Amino acid sequence: MKRPHSETVMTVKIIGFVKTSGPILAAAALLAGCANTPPEDPFEHYNRAMFSFNEKLDAVVAKPVAKAYVAVTPSPVRAWVGNFFGNLNDPWVGLNNLLQGKPADALSDMMRFLVNSTMGIGGLLDIATEARLPKHDEDFGQTLGVWGFHGGPYVMLPFLGPRTLRDALALPLDATFDDSWRFVSDIAVRNTLTALQLASERARLLGFERTLDEATLDKYRYSRDFYLQQRQFKIHDGNPPLEYEDFDLDDDSRTETPGETP
Amino acid sequence: MTKKIFACCLMLASALFTGPAVAEDLMPDALVRHVTDEVLAIVRSDQAIQSGDARKALTLVDEKVLPHFNFRRMTMLAVGKDWRTATPEQQGRLTDAFRTLLIRTYSNALTQYRNQTIDVKPLRASPDDKQVKVKTEVSQVGAQPIGIDYSLEKTDRGWKVFDVIVAGVSLVTNYRGSFGDEIHAKGVDGLIASIEAKNKSLEAEQGGR
Repeated sequence: MKRPHSETVMTVKIIGFVKTSGPILAAAALLAGCANTPPEDPFEHYNRAMFSFNEKLDAVVAKPVAKAYVAVTPSPVRAWVGNFFGNLNDPWVGLNNLLQGKPADALSDMMRFLVNSTMGIGGLLDIATEARLPKHDEDFGQTLGVWGFHGGPYVMLPFLGPRTLRDALALPLDATFDDSWRFVSDIAVRNTLTALQLASERARLLGFERTLDEATLDKYRYSRDFYLQQRQFKIHDGNPPLEYEDFDLDDDSRTETPGETP
Repeated sequence: MTKKIFACCLMLASALFTGPAVAEDLMPDALVRHVTDEVLAIVRSDQAIQSGDARKALTLVDEKVLPHFNFRRMTMLAVGKDWRTATPEQQGRLTDAFRTLLIRTYSNALTQYRNQTIDVKPLRASPDDKQVKVKTEVSQVGAQPIGIDYSLEKTDRGWKVFDVIVAGVSLVTNYRGSFGDEIHAKGVDGLIASIEAKNKSLEAEQGGR
């Protein structure tokens, strides 16, 4: 695989950062145990600084790009683009399902990839979903979680946003295989795809950040708790039941689990 | 187009005349479907809301959505075990402040609505369940659908929502961390003051628009 250094420099840099600083972060995590910080977020001070850096960067780069993208593309085109990138990530999703001991889901992901790549015109159409082969959400970080690795400390990565340390260490693999189009050797094509994917992903979240701003007293704290809970939810494939305590009673052992729709 | 407007008027009219009485007797999944259909139909046809008229969205939420929520229980779940240390008076003020915060942010979010579709899944629960979770799926062009689930409890005034779960995470209990921090630093009154200050700044923002 040829990787001339002028292209996707950012990605390479980021992966390099994760590779080199992963062990340092892990060591710091051990040292930080005695500091007065919540156990899941020993780097809170650094993380908050990086969070606000990412927010500023988002406001001047990613968000305007996403807005322009929405302004110039009709919504069917955005659907094709979303489907296209989603299709390229299905083999990696399937492999992770296999590694997590879910061969039926893995097979379904492979079927999706075959069906959408051919009848779905290179992945532009997601006909597999209509054929009852739903898209799954898996990555190598989740696989490590299923294998019993704990998330470890919460880390805010530059450009990429939040990860647990475990997911940050899985990132080099996830970043490479999630976006398998990075193996395309033509630089111009690759850069175009990088930009298109950024715009497409960010466009889906337009509007969310405002709600998050408005709804919370502490945006960093709320999004951290949300992220950590959601990772747990994904690792367990949505199975941990939600329980509601009743704080009007003196007895906190009373919890109820609601009935569910299938 | 005329047909659409007519259908909309018809829907509105039927909601006005039969809405509240019907809503109380509805099963939880039917209730969620009824309310989301109704609200989305209005938002889809209302240019003012779509172009960001937060006041109009607020009125809509006030009339159509609010009656189906149990804000006291939501606030209790958001505050967590510190709820017990709050006096009944503080609990009341907390509930009021949190309700205002949720309504404002929710109505602002409605103005961001574009063309998502909501699919309410049929409920499988036994008739004597006092508490259920209704699952819905929000689909958007070119993206995986997002699960939004509603936890409802049976009351003598019909089913009431007390939690909203987005992509597996409770939006209500997710407040517990930051609310707990506030209470430990500044007490229950400190938390009430912080939420009220937030509400004021949101109100000022909306007024200025």
